[in-house]
Parts: sequence; structure tokens; C-alpha cells
Amino acid sequence: MSAFVGKYAEELIKNAKYIATPGKGILAADESTGTIGKRLSSISVENIESNRQALRELLFTTPNALSCLSGVILFEETLYQKTSDGKPFVQVLEENNVIPGIKVDKGTVEIAGTNGETTTQGFDSLGARCQQYYKAGARFAKWRAVLKIGPNEPSELSIQQNAQGLARYAIICQENGLVPIVEPEVLTDGPHDIQKCAAVTETVLAAVYKALNEHHVLLEGTLLKPNMVTPGSDSPKVAPEVIAQYTVTALRRTVPPAVPGIVFLSGGQSEEEATLNLDAMNKLEVLKPWTLSFSFGRALQQSTLKTWGGKKENVAKAQEAFLSRCKANSEATLGKYGGGSAGGLASESLFVKGYKY
Amino acid sequence: MSCFTSKYADELAKNAAYIGTPGKGILAADESTGTIGKRLSSINVENIEENRRALRELLFTAPGALQYLSGVILFEETLYQKTAAGKPFVDVLKEGGVLPGIKVDKGTVELNGTNGETFTQGLDGLAQRCQKYYEAGARFAKWRAVLKISANEPTELAIQENANGLAMYAAICQQCGLVPIVEPEILVDGSHDIKKCAEVTERVLAACYKSLNDHHVMLEGTLLKPNMVTPGSESPKVAPEVIAEYTVRALQRTVPPAVPAIVFLSGGQSEEEATLNLNAMNKLQTKKPWSLSFSFGRALQQSTLKAWAGKEENLKKAQDALLVRCKANSEATLGTYKGDAKLGEGAAESLHVSNYKY
Repeated sequence: MSAFVGKYAEELIKNAKYIATPGKGILAADESTGTIGKRLSSISVENIESNRQALRELLFTTPNALSCLSGVILFEETLYQKTSDGKPFVQVLEENNVIPGIKVDKGTVEIAGTNGETTTQGFDSLGARCQQYYKAGARFAKWRAVLKIGPNEPSELSIQQNAQGLARYAIICQENGLVPIVEPEVLTDGPHDIQKCAAVTETVLAAVYKALNEHHVLLEGTLLKPNMVTPGSDSPKVAPEVIAQYTVTALRRTVPPAVPGIVFLSGGQSEEEATLNLDAMNKLEVLKPWTLSFSFGRALQQSTLKTWGGKKENVAKAQEAFLSRCKANSEATLGKYGGGSAGGLASESLFVKGYKY
Repeated sequence: MSCFTSKYADELAKNAAYIGTPGKGILAADESTGTIGKRLSSINVENIEENRRALRELLFTAPGALQYLSGVILFEETLYQKTAAGKPFVDVLKEGGVLPGIKVDKGTVELNGTNGETFTQGLDGLAQRCQKYYEAGARFAKWRAVLKISANEPTELAIQENANGLAMYAAICQQCGLVPIVEPEILVDGSHDIKKCAEVTERVLAACYKSLNDHHVMLEGTLLKPNMVTPGSESPKVAPEVIAEYTVRALQRTVPPAVPAIVFLSGGQSEEEATLNLNAMNKLQTKKPWSLSFSFGRALQQSTLKAWAGKEENLKKAQDALLVRCKANSEATLGTYKGDAKLGEGAAESLHVSNYKY
């Protein structure tokens, strides 16, 4: 068979389609313990479980924010956490029509013999883990593959390894009822121009969809989480309209229409940049058979984090900041963002060299 | 680099988009001398140049027909032929708003060690030939790759070789200003069901688009000419709506939106079947970012040929028959065909020939 049609096929298609609802997107709140530690330390908050719990509660209970979201990606610890009132986070999300998702990869490791290129690990017992996560209420998963642009990168080896890895992860998820988000992130690091990023993104996406086909992945039950096509971090910036043009062209050349939605990662973009770029894409008058939305981590949480500063008295204000970004991005998915919900914090670049989650 | 660089980029995109104009499609009149010989002999007409020329003149000057066509694929001989009055066929087509196209492959050759699988030849000197064809007025090209379904076929080897050949051909065409029609035909021969055909079609198309990407082909300046997804020739037939569903789904899973149009081959389908299937696809309410049209040879010419029978006094009858099929297929590209075309003799006749070779 070309596409695997298991017992979860209809559910996968339904959930993937729902996540791709225009006007909604994904909050990526799946920072591993190590990574969330860096965030917390940047606002001088101790990296202990109750603080991690408090942060996520702040986000998930923001009045009216959940209506802008179709999904939230969680880290394993968070999947089993509750509000301070004792309500499981998963229930909070479900009651508000937000699908819980789960990060299932176990980070990257270097590929020997390459110039710092990586592959992603996490296959051991992946099927069994997915079953557990499904029982706990998760209905989609995420796995991040990372590629970089350099004089000789990405190499064919790296492209193949990461594409095959994503495809294998994807089919295992589908066998166990989780919609796989396929994330082949091409890092922004480097002095290259936007054309180079476009070329690499197209090559990588073509390899990914070939691998998905080989592994019998049901495309209607998947989502794509790509980088936007932009100049390298060491290159001059360009307008959102230019980013939109290159990005949508790259996707039109590689992503089959069976994929219901594309949910961009924000990379190192500031909150406002990410929103403006997404908005520009949705304003573009060209045929797009998949919805274009967001799966933002830093670009949804940055100003919220800073406003919170770990202090209970700041929660309401922090939640306002979060709601503001959610609304802005919701409008951006409809091409209706009017701009101007950028406070100073929202314009701050979030670029970190060689970013590791 | 994935990015394509050619001085013809804008022209290619413009021409490919034009060929995909809703309401129009392609007449495949590129039968090689050998193949057209079989057609002519089936109506007792001698296979000489004058008769080949007369047949094509009949087709290209059929009153009212050209408005339903955006392109005609020609064989090399025909590219340089004229009407009896001395007007080059290429000019007749251009004046009728139809882009001339040219078959550039040189037929299939068996792949050693396989069970009758083939690859397509024609790459030697292809660039020079394409340049010549462009000068003669051609603006698109066609190359037919062939795969078959059987117990162990298509093999990975056959898929890769044919995908690679198509991609190399396509890249060369684009460098020379010709829009490449990419044709990976999976033969209908066999006793397999429609699901098997769907599976193979998806696999083959995925390989094609990976190869096209590897070879830096600009998809906006290409067209796809696939088989429809149907049961095998020895299997029970299914309704047009079923063919439409399986076909469009296979395309949704494999053909990137940058491709402006998909122009189906008719394989061994009768004229009416091919039209009804195309119509059903265009009625389907689902995501179709490329237009769905026709590139029919037999399925446009069969009743015309029979009506003509090589006799000048039958000219009008024959041209009327062609017009009927052109109009019907034009409506089918819009999903408005009511199935009421006056069926010429042979319009409902299957045109399947086992293991068909052009």
C-alpha cells in the first residue's frame, strides 16, 4: 500500500484538519527541563518543578487565549501535571478544544565525520511511549530534525538521515493514534542570503516528502513544521513580503496538497517579526492548498516570561501579554494582522546561535 | 541548488499556465510513423507521407476545434509539414491560439535483467534537437516513460531509471525554452484492482517529483501527464466517480501545487470513458491546486479516423466528429459535461491494446 491506513486513520485525518483550522495555531510549550531552565534563569527563576508547573498554568489558564489555539505541544513532565486546583492540564486544554500534543524526540546527536551536522534520537520504545501518551490524552506528536547551512552543508548524508528519521517517527506515531508534526528545521545561522535558504529548504522538503512516501505515511494525517525562508542570521534582513514570497514558493514546490496544514517554527525571530511574516504569507494572493499557521515557542512566550518574572503578582499582566500574542498570530493566520501589538519586548530578537532545545 | 536558472523561466511558466487554461486541453497527434501506420491500416489507408499530412490537416483545420485546445503534440515530421494550400501547420496552430509541442523521446528499450520493464531513450543530442524545435515554433515537449504492474513490478530499478530519465529530459527542455510534459505512464494491463493502481501511481509520482527536484527542474514550467487511476484491464470496471476519487487523491499526495496543470493520458479508454472520468474529477469537491485536463491521442481521434476512412468526401463528417470530442472534453475540464455528446461510431469502443507501444 502506498499510504498506511490503520485503525486510527480517520481520527488522524480529523485531528490534523482541526489543528489546521484557520484562525488557530499551536503553542509550543514543550521545552525540555534543560531548556526551560535557561528560560527561567533568564528571568532569575529557579528551575524546579513547581515553577515549571506555574509557568505552564499561567499560559494554559489565560482567559480567552485558548480560543486562538488548536493545539499545545507539551514536554512529558507537563503531560502529567495539574493546575494548582488539581485539574490535569490535559483536561484544561481538552475542555477548551485545544488538542494536547507531546514532544517525543530525545534531542540531537552529531553525525560522525560531518562538520557538526546532527541526527535526532528517540526511536527506542517509541511505539510504546506513543501508546502511553495517547492514553494520557495526547493526540499529536512532534519531533525536531535539525539541518544547517554551510559551505558544504547540509550534506546528502544529513538530509537523508534526518528525512528517514522523520518518516520513521511519523509512521510509528500514526500506528499509535498520534498525528505526527514533521519538523525539518533548517537553522538560520550563517551569512547566506535568502536564495540559498530557499534552495536548501526546497531540497530538504523534497527529501522529506519522498521519505514519507517510502514509509507509507498518510499525509492527510500529518502536519509540517518548517522554518520560514529568510536570509541567514548574519545577513541583512528583508521585508515580510519577501520572506512570504520565498517561503510560499518553496512550499508550493514541495508540499503535496494532501497535507492539511503548515505550522511554522519561529526560529530566532522576535515575536513581532514572526507574526508579520506569517501575516504576509496569508495575505499573498497565490494558491495555497494547506493552511499556513504557527507553532511558536519563544515567539509566543517571550514577553509573557519577562512580564511574569516568576512573581505571582505579575500573573495577570503576563497573561495579558500572552493573550496579545495569541490574538496577533490568530489574525496573522487569516492575513488580517493590523500590526502594533508589539511592545518593546515583542520586537526583541530571540536568535541564539546554534540553538538547541 | 534547488533554484532553477534559465533565461526562459518566465516564458516557461507563462506557457505552462496557458496550456492549463480551464476549458482547454491537448490533442496528442504525435504518433510516430510506425504507430500512425497502424492507425491508418485500421481504416485501410496507405502509410505514406501525404496521407499522414492529410490526416493532420483534417485535425488542425477542423472548424471550431482549436478553441478547445491549448496545445497539440506533434511528431517531428509533422512539425515541418504544411496544409495543402502551403501554410505551415505550426502557423495554423499559432493563429488558432494553440501552442505547438513536440515528442522528443525515441521510444523504449528493455531494462536488462527485468521482466520486460523498460526505460526511455532520446537524451543524446537532446539539447540541440530542442533548440531546433524551438526555432521551428515548438514551445513544449513530451517524453513518455512506461511502467507496468505485475507480481513484482514495477521494480525500484524501473521506477528510478524512468524518474531519472524524465528529470534529465525535463531539465534539458527548460534550458532550451520548451515546457516539458512529464509522462510516467503506468500501463493499465493486468488483473490488479484500483487500490493497487493507486499505490503504484503514488509511488511512481513521488519518485518523479523527487527526481525533478534533484535535477533543479522548475515545476512552475512543467506539466504532468499521468495515467488515471483505474482497475487493471482484466478487472471489473468501476464508476467514473470512483476513478475520480482515487486519481485525485493520488495526485493530492504527490504533486506539489507549483505544477500548473495535469493533462491525463487516455490509455486504452474509449473516447466516452475518458471524457466521463475527466468530468468526474473536475466535479469532485476537494483540493485541486492544479487544473485537470486532457492530453488525448486515441481518445480524441478514434471516431474521427473511422469517419474519415481516408476519403476526401468524408472530410466534413470526420471534422464534425473531432469537434464533438473536443467540445465534450472541454466541458469535462470544467465539470459540466452532461454525457450527451453525439457518439460517433467507435466513441464507446475500448481502445485498449495489450502492452501498448507507441
